[in-house]
Amino acid sequence: MRDSVRYRYADLPRLIGRMTGDEKHSPSAQSTLDVLWVLYDRVLRVDPDHPDDPDRDRFLLSKGHGPVAYYAILAAKGFIDEEDLDGFGRYDSPLGNHPDRVLINGVEISSGSLGHGLPIAVGVGLALRAARRSGPRVFCLLGDGELDEGSNHEAIAFAGRVGLDRLTAIVVDNQSSTHGWPGGIAARFASEGWWSTTVSGRDHAALQEALTTPHPGRPGVVVAVIAAEGEAR
Amino acid sequence: MTAMRRRFAEVASELLDSDETVAVVLADIGVRDFAGAALEHCDRVVNVGIREQLMVSVASGLALGGYRPIIHSYTPFLVERAYEQIKLDLAHQDVGAVLVSVGGSFDASSEGRTHQAPEDVAILSALPGVSVHVPGHADELETLLRHAVAADGTTYVRLAAQSNSTPVTVRPGLLSVVRSGTRHAMTIVAVGPMLDPVMDAVADIDATVLYATTVRPFDHRTLRAHAASGEVVVVEPYLAGTSAGEIAHALADRPHRQLGIGVPNAEHRHYGRPEEHAAAHRLDAAGIRASILDFLSDSGDRCLSLHVA
Repeated sequence: MRDSVRYRYADLPRLIGRMTGDEKHSPSAQSTLDVLWVLYDRVLRVDPDHPDDPDRDRFLLSKGHGPVAYYAILAAKGFIDEEDLDGFGRYDSPLGNHPDRVLINGVEISSGSLGHGLPIAVGVGLALRAARRSGPRVFCLLGDGELDEGSNHEAIAFAGRVGLDRLTAIVVDNQSSTHGWPGGIAARFASEGWWSTTVSGRDHAALQEALTTPHPGRPGVVVAVIAAEGEAR
Repeated sequence: MTAMRRRFAEVASELLDSDETVAVVLADIGVRDFAGAALEHCDRVVNVGIREQLMVSVASGLALGGYRPIIHSYTPFLVERAYEQIKLDLAHQDVGAVLVSVGGSFDASSEGRTHQAPEDVAILSALPGVSVHVPGHADELETLLRHAVAADGTTYVRLAAQSNSTPVTVRPGLLSVVRSGTRHAMTIVAVGPMLDPVMDAVADIDATVLYATTVRPFDHRTLRAHAASGEVVVVEPYLAGTSAGEIAHALADRPHRQLGIGVPNAEHRHYGRPEEHAAAHRLDAAGIRASILDFLSDSGDRCLSLHVA
């Protein structure tokens, strides 16, 4: 573990404050903060000292833009050094405006172009199924705007058909989709056979319960709603 | 079913049996060819339906999980529709797969432009680290496919209906010298199924003929050793000039001329048979010969130049 440093949720604003230069994506980064914290603090079975453990849970950040919350939590949990945050976006820094799995310890996929994470997550889930590894779970975080990409809907339909129950998608809904989702995001997934639930994206207890609820025989989606602004945890 | 496609299914199925890290990902194309293998290896033969982007992304996920995926579909659906997935989900993730296309440039001539992708090798060549094999015979395909599956990284294997009459003993990555001319002879690089028509075209012409089944990375060393005249013709079954940069790079320190023969970069609004398209594009023996003679009759000074037939 990297110098055994561990931080609490209350430390995250300070860690995020060490990164500057991507302010255009600040709303996006803020919207994912609580989901990412709950995942890394209460849900994921991952170890920064054994990032390639075959029995680890896989977390794929599909919504790769606005990654400062992600980097802050990776630092808080010992995957990267806190000092690396200061170089965010610089030429020689491993931390860019979109994460690169080759450069950052514990990052499962390189992301940035939208609509890639969930389809890859389906393949990751199928690989675990083929290897007969029943323990690891696969989590993939997307944005509601990102759901506009058609490639996601290839993945949503197929994962539902093959009952990929180790897969949980998390859609952070900060109302970014230009045309929205008639009937709601959860309904879009449910229509393809997914288990679904919708919770506040700021409510840690609700997020934890949703992210740890088994959904045997089918994939699951947790829609984490972020109010326009000013919503309390 | 063509000989190459049949052999592909046989060899890939055998590899599924013998190597538990091999997986096959399909998008409805080729499903019947793998019906038996799917029964035996249901977790490693995945048909995602008509979802080519997902096909490549699922292969990426399988590769991240330690598998060696083989992806298979028609050329335009595999290479063009899912191009960003090949770029980002394979190359950028630093994982590999074996991409096997059917259809060549105009095997699906009667289907029209939607089912044709002579641009395939050119656009894949624009991605870093992608190897490209273009077999000219089913036996060569087997050698190249086994080599590709055993290797790391991403390899594109381009199947075609057109086949040479006899196989060449190919060494993956290397050009084969199939005919040596005089020291003044022009050098012709015949790619994959273009070998037979090239040999017919230059039967009475002083030419050294090199045979390429691996075009990326291109074997610069063998070309340099057999291009003393500085007159080079590349005959490719896809977009004309696709390998021009490779020839120029290999011979950058020598005066040379080159001619690129291949499929023209133009809409070709005709159906019919593949042979008719080959003739229209001057990719049959008569057309290749005519292009080469035109090139030889050009009395311009030898220089760094490219002619595209």
